[in-house]
Amino acid sequence: MSNRVAIAGVGMAKFGELWDKNLRDLSLEAGMYAIFDAGVPGSDIDGMVIGNMSAGRFTGQEHLGALAVDQGGLGHIPAYSVEAACASGGAAIRHAYMAIKSGVHDCMLVLGAEKMSDVNQTEAMNTISVASDWEWEGMFGATFPALYAFMARRHMKEYGTTEEHLALPTVKNHANAVHNELAQFQRAVPLKVVMGSGMLADPLRVLHSAPITDGAAGLVMCREDLVKKYTDTPVYIETSKQRSDTLALHDRKSITTFNSVVSSTKSALKAASLELKDIDVLELHDSFSIGEIMLTEDVGICEKGQGGKTLEEGITEIGGKFPVNTSGGLKARGHPIGATGVAQIVELALQLRGDADKRQVDGAEKGLAVNIGGTGATSIVHIVGR
Amino acid sequence: MVGIVGYGVYVPRYRIKTTDIAEVWGDASGRIAKGLGVFEKSVPGPDEDVTTISVEAARNAVKRAQIDPRDIEAVYVGSESHPYAVKPTGTIVAEAIGCTHDMTCADLEFACKAGTAGIQMAMGLVKSKMIKIGLAIGSDTAQGRPGDALEYSAAAGGAAFLIGLKNPLATIEETVSFTTDTPDFWRREGEDFPSHGARFTGEPAYFRHVGEGAKSLFRKTKTTVDDYDYFVFHMPNGKFPVAMGRQLGVPPEKLEDSLVVRQIGNTYSGSAMIGLARILDIAKPGSKIFMVAYGSGAGSDAFSITVEDAIEERRGEVPTVDDYVERKTYVDYATYAKFRRKIKALG
Amino acid sequence: MAEQGVAQVWRRIKSMYRIEGNKCETCSTHYFPPRPVCPECRRKGKLELYTFKGLGEIYSFSIVRQAPDDFKRQMPYVIAQVELDEGTRLTAQIVNVDPEDVEIGMRVRACFRKIKEFGRGGIIVYGYKFEPVMKVTGHKQ
Repeated sequence: MSNRVAIAGVGMAKFGELWDKNLRDLSLEAGMYAIFDAGVPGSDIDGMVIGNMSAGRFTGQEHLGALAVDQGGLGHIPAYSVEAACASGGAAIRHAYMAIKSGVHDCMLVLGAEKMSDVNQTEAMNTISVASDWEWEGMFGATFPALYAFMARRHMKEYGTTEEHLALPTVKNHANAVHNELAQFQRAVPLKVVMGSGMLADPLRVLHSAPITDGAAGLVMCREDLVKKYTDTPVYIETSKQRSDTLALHDRKSITTFNSVVSSTKSALKAASLELKDIDVLELHDSFSIGEIMLTEDVGICEKGQGGKTLEEGITEIGGKFPVNTSGGLKARGHPIGATGVAQIVELALQLRGDADKRQVDGAEKGLAVNIGGTGATSIVHIVGR
Repeated sequence: MVGIVGYGVYVPRYRIKTTDIAEVWGDASGRIAKGLGVFEKSVPGPDEDVTTISVEAARNAVKRAQIDPRDIEAVYVGSESHPYAVKPTGTIVAEAIGCTHDMTCADLEFACKAGTAGIQMAMGLVKSKMIKIGLAIGSDTAQGRPGDALEYSAAAGGAAFLIGLKNPLATIEETVSFTTDTPDFWRREGEDFPSHGARFTGEPAYFRHVGEGAKSLFRKTKTTVDDYDYFVFHMPNGKFPVAMGRQLGVPPEKLEDSLVVRQIGNTYSGSAMIGLARILDIAKPGSKIFMVAYGSGAGSDAFSITVEDAIEERRGEVPTVDDYVERKTYVDYATYAKFRRKIKALG
Repeated sequence: MAEQGVAQVWRRIKSMYRIEGNKCETCSTHYFPPRPVCPECRRKGKLELYTFKGLGEIYSFSIVRQAPDDFKRQMPYVIAQVELDEGTRLTAQIVNVDPEDVEIGMRVRACFRKIKEFGRGGIIVYGYKFEPVMKVTGHKQ
């Protein structure tokens, strides 16, 4: 029996600071785009799942499954939200993958959504912090950027990563997003500007960090044997793997490696009978630029410690051996927390279908996405193929 | 005999020079600093308060006493700047140093002599054998109204004394008090800053009560100035204790070593107690100490203390008053105002 | 119903005031905060209360320059992962030091400070912060 679950269609609302739209509007928009793109009649959808980290704190609303089904007029289908901090989107995809593969559902609408700009900065910072260990990290004054700053400082000490290395992912991702009309930021940013931007938590600066974003993304996923009914250009989720690690960063043996990523990536490649060199395009979770540097190492693009150098050499540019974050990544595409995991798969699907326009990786056939929760307590990896 | 089985102090690291305060209020001459005899005062950091100061001082006291904190059966914290109007500082201190739950506790207020009142209460419980060891703390983060004379001296710091019968580092032969209803300095509930009677705080208040307390102690112990090696008086500024000493006929060199107010300001409930701690840091066994604390409102607590042999083996492990006095970082008036929440908008 | 998180804070007082954790006697690992289950041994684990000595060194740190409202007054402040001598790590602010002087490997000891307040009328949360060992911490230089 095949392990593949098909993606019949993808859709995404533009990411940004969207004053006119609330969470319902965003979810509906992404859902509709995905359904139109799939060409699937609404009545064929027999279930829905929505990835969202904290609608309760950001907007005061929970019970999003019911909300989304209601908004979309999708009848009485079963639906609920799943949460894994910043990996909520990946978790939603994983949920649908398991539901369809096991035969419980035939065709599901998968959404990822977050509305972050309706609260003030303190409330936003504190809510983001609950992705870490609130009682023993956040409450003592460790903001989320401070936790990634701990990793950056150790990485600089253990491997000689420099301040310039920290700026490289931002420069690359913004340059990529110039060609992504749905990205929050579509302007290139010069290296000097990144390196001179304000400090959030030494050594991490404002321009090393993903922004606060409103947005939603969606997929229509269905049984492999049903997808040709809807589209001639299906892509497939070949495997879904997830690993957990300690919630608090201070409980990890090393803070310069995401062990959850190393093991979930290895596991995914093995399940798909692939090696990393077979992957043509990647989406790696860059909540902070040091995150992309570490992930470049942890998925195996280069040796541990060489992430900065790999970026210097252009290996992860669109024309390079392992293009990373052709969409602009979390930094430039934006990071509406629950939507990101789904947006990553939207990008990989577009790449594999040849629909990525000026950011197209030629002949892309296999894609890999890593979606991380918190400081690496959750890692969800999906491999997408043609 | 009942005595001090351990002691410790804590003074925050920040200091502001009185000349810097004076400049903000239009006096760059340095006249006020000289007039008050206070050159700089300690300022608590934004994450410090009477509770944190008391805990640090108490931890030092427990370390010096080399006791199991579970033997502390009473905790009294005296202050006029308790963080809560209702909820005792004492219970937080007790939990933080690991006291037994089978203990008595209360917070005290008597302006600057709340800490010494606690010492007297602990002495009573220990002498009557109701408890083994009692902890009395005097600690404050006093505020002065911006621009008022008291702003130059109101400082932060605290001292903790463990009172017991076994192996004291210094014995307390006698304690007496002199108390009247005298409104020299007060703060109403809900008011941010205290009010005072200006010159009224001198002769009818400080000098009368410290003087009477001292005379009463000399009478009760049948001693004179000559029987003592060190004197400690409450230090609202650098002038009052010196004037008091002169009035009582105390040779200046016997008073000199306790005058910590010059470098750290008036730590209110901690004032006389930190002065006493400094003497205990340096005095030889056999020395006798005469201490009178004063609290506005008004009253004085006087103590006759003899330093014992045991004190020498407990020196060196725990930081001294001088260690804390010498550890300092200067801040300017703006930072001081931010730390002390004098800027209302910051909340 | 407990108001303003009082119960949530009260439950952790012993750990936050005195760095009280536990130790698994089966595998000799120290845990802070105390764990109900030893992740290494699970059912075979034997957990006993343990109060940490409060000494350690800085494993990594950052200087926070953008913080939520309740920490604004202290900005910029140093936050660090401290590796306690027993091998366990925790996250805490570093105080009594100039941010420029903080380095990985610095020896530090626990002190007692205000962590936050639930507004001007709410309870005050006290707990541990760390400061460099020096004369006033009772350590000879």
